[in-house]
Amino acid sequence: MRRTISTPGQTQALNEVALSGQERREQWTLLGLSTPAILVIAIVVLVPVGWLFYLSFVGSDGQFSLEHYKKMVEYKSYARVFMTTFQVSLLTTLICIVLGYPLAYFLAHLPGRWTGLFMLAVLLPFWTSLLVRTYAWLVLLQRKGLLNDLAMQIGLWDSPIKLVHNMTGTLIGMAHIMLPFLVLPLYGAMKKIEPDMMHAASNLGASPVRSFWNVYFPLSVSGLVAGALIVFVLCLGFYVTPAVLGGGRVVMVATQITAILEYQFDWGAASALGVVLLVATIGVLYLAGRFFKFDSALFGKG
Amino acid sequence: MSWWTQPATQTQITHGDRFWLYVTAAIIMLLLVIPTFIVVPMSFSDSQYLAFPPETWSVRWYEEYFESRKWMRATVTSVQIGVLTMLVATPLGTMAAYALFVSGHRAARAIFMLLITPMIVPVILIAIGAFYAFGRIGLNNSITGLVLAHTAMAAPLVMILITAALRSYDLNQERVARSLGASRVKAFFLVTLPQIKFSVVTAALLSFLTSFDEVIISIFISGGSNATLTKHMFAALRDFIDPTIAAISTIMVAVSTVLLLTTQFIGGKKP
Amino acid sequence: MDNTTALPISIRSLTKKYGDLFALKTVDLEIRSGEFLTLLGPSGSGKTTLLMAIAGFNRPDSGSIFFGDAEMVLTPPHKRDVGMVFQSYALFPHMSVAENVGFPLKLRGIAFAERKARVEEALETVQLSGLGERGIDQLSGGQRQRVALARAFVFRPRILLMDEPLSALDKKLREQMQIELKHIHRQLGVTTVYVTHDQREALTMSDRIAVINHGELAQVDTPEAIYNKPSNEFVADFIGESTMLPLTQDSAGRLTFGESVVASEAPDPSHNDWSLVIRPERLRVLAKDASAGDQHVMFSGTVTEAVFQGDTAFALVKLRGGATLTVRFGTGAVSEGSRLEAGQSVSVGLIREDLILIPRESA
Repeated sequence: MRRTISTPGQTQALNEVALSGQERREQWTLLGLSTPAILVIAIVVLVPVGWLFYLSFVGSDGQFSLEHYKKMVEYKSYARVFMTTFQVSLLTTLICIVLGYPLAYFLAHLPGRWTGLFMLAVLLPFWTSLLVRTYAWLVLLQRKGLLNDLAMQIGLWDSPIKLVHNMTGTLIGMAHIMLPFLVLPLYGAMKKIEPDMMHAASNLGASPVRSFWNVYFPLSVSGLVAGALIVFVLCLGFYVTPAVLGGGRVVMVATQITAILEYQFDWGAASALGVVLLVATIGVLYLAGRFFKFDSALFGKG
Repeated sequence: MSWWTQPATQTQITHGDRFWLYVTAAIIMLLLVIPTFIVVPMSFSDSQYLAFPPETWSVRWYEEYFESRKWMRATVTSVQIGVLTMLVATPLGTMAAYALFVSGHRAARAIFMLLITPMIVPVILIAIGAFYAFGRIGLNNSITGLVLAHTAMAAPLVMILITAALRSYDLNQERVARSLGASRVKAFFLVTLPQIKFSVVTAALLSFLTSFDEVIISIFISGGSNATLTKHMFAALRDFIDPTIAAISTIMVAVSTVLLLTTQFIGGKKP
Repeated sequence: MDNTTALPISIRSLTKKYGDLFALKTVDLEIRSGEFLTLLGPSGSGKTTLLMAIAGFNRPDSGSIFFGDAEMVLTPPHKRDVGMVFQSYALFPHMSVAENVGFPLKLRGIAFAERKARVEEALETVQLSGLGERGIDQLSGGQRQRVALARAFVFRPRILLMDEPLSALDKKLREQMQIELKHIHRQLGVTTVYVTHDQREALTMSDRIAVINHGELAQVDTPEAIYNKPSNEFVADFIGESTMLPLTQDSAGRLTFGESVVASEAPDPSHNDWSLVIRPERLRVLAKDASAGDQHVMFSGTVTEAVFQGDTAFALVKLRGGATLTVRFGTGAVSEGSRLEAGQSVSVGLIREDLILIPRESA
């Protein structure tokens, strides 16, 4: 036990050392529970990505150099890859907004007992392997596939159209895979809108269309922005779907990174491209962070 | 047509007014679901070429799958890694989520952000990074390496699910249990865990699926006799269309559907 | 249950800071064995922090907490043997009523038969006999409260702590439970520390009240003393209704308000500035021709408002000095006060023995 001293602060107060020691131990024990997870993530993500970051600044002569980054500015092929990536991400996001908004609205306004059932339409694809879904689109969109057959039967077009191994196929597949990522946070935001708000608007004499655009839409916009940014960010680094449905014609950043490793085995160049991708992603997420709270929106599927 | 003219909301909009919304939503939902399930009828086709609907039915692609050493080997690997990932990621993520939630330490938020980096960093970057680093320490093409990498991908999901569960839980219950004589560890296992168990089960199933369905990291760091199902499938898709894939896909869809319905079911029972 | 299990609590220079803010500032408090002590204060005063420190959930920065002769400040909560009832009840929803109440017994390794008997006994004490098999979601708010209480005392703790346990109940049930809790406390004889922000609840239930403000004890005393002899402005203002009149000291050393001489000398000559605390129900309306006399301190003024409220009535009297007094009187019998009307001149008096003088804090 410690001495009791009438003026705490100047000298040690009663039990002060023992108490602060106990507090520190408890905090460390608690934080210690997260160390296994930190270790795994450090080994798999933090250290390797840091390593790549370092590699991206090492030139072919083994010295510090910006050559990999210079190449990206100078070579036209890189510019094309960045353009394609941006284009695919943006278009996919737009398609998702157009399809996702009415769907989320529909789901958010279902009577409670139906929600679970119709939600499955969003959750099932979300839980299903994207490789399987990409494969399904490959089959549906091919020259003799279901879509071409159907279109010709009802007379939309006469001869089979090339729907896959190009931009069209890539966008269709990507939109299908990304749609749940937009709908889930948007649905969450819409569920939080009080029906009373809409009643108030209509009681004040607003027409349904006006009260939608003046009241409902602005309230749902945070969820829409959240979903759209998640989709956009995921698109930026997407690999599987463009690789399969683009058939080598849609080269995005991720595809380019693997190509560099596969054909040139140039770790510096691949790393530099990866770093650019990471910076772009963090940049978009930073902007996103100013609009909405992350952890709640990211997994609003509760 | 009484339903048609009934108000759909309290603002006097009838179901009739909403007709186009219902049609649009129905079409979008079909577009979401059909490609997920189209592989099922395709897998029972007799044809080498993927026509739909199939002209003749057969189970030959299933026979091919079950008789192929390569596919069987890959399936065993994928299941093995999925189960191990589930067993590692669930306790790891739960522990971290609990610790960070309970500790009021100012570092807690920073650690949380650190732990969800695998969800922020593009997977392709994680894949080549792991490929590079694991190459140095001999973890490529090993079960350990794959479980480690998939755990890193699944743990953040577990953390987010468990944190959400803890948020809707009254932590005073744990305090009460401790005042009644339970140590902190006992209080967690006797009082907290039983009440977040549905989230823990969901997190475990999601961990399994995260690993089982993971493609990009597996393409890079798995290989040889430890190549995963997804790695072989991806290679097969890029090169030529092998109808065996339809059979495998059907099995994968079935696994996902069962797991999802399980979580929905236990979630529905939650008080 | 016997009284010997009760323990006194001794809190010595307990200090807790959050950043630069003191949640507890060198608090010293002796809680007697078996007494019902209430920590009363506004929200943010530190009363819950103090309770949580006693329970072991809030670690102070320094100080001591003794249960009897044992230093407890470093002991983890589960080894303090303290029963605790939370505001939210914190019942375990995955257990039945009996399992909830039996939980502390099970942890202590008490065999099934004895456990069952003691759970039944505890449920009987809180008047829930026969509800043991119910689920928590089948109980009303008041019943949940009782289960939480039974769970907190079933293992015969030496100390019982309660954090605003009645605040979630409606007014009628709350008043009923106050009496019942007091009764159960007498029956168990356990040292009880109770936290509330409701002064009426504190006055009703406590043996002693510790009024706490800004992390410091403002006054610790019996309910009567806290009400009748507040020792400072905060307590006078926080407990009960009161009007405070600033007094001036004249050349003869008398304390006066306007023309009224309140006291012939200051209660404590070392302090110059004093206030008079006036409880509305202590004021009497005096007959028109009354003179101050020795019995009363008299104030004269004009009635600005007369309000009838059923069992009581009150009038606002504006004094010539500018201050307004509230005069409250019963309506049981026709009294002088019940004939008051707005605009009327009136004299009100305060019996000298009822004077409450407190040192005025410099503004």
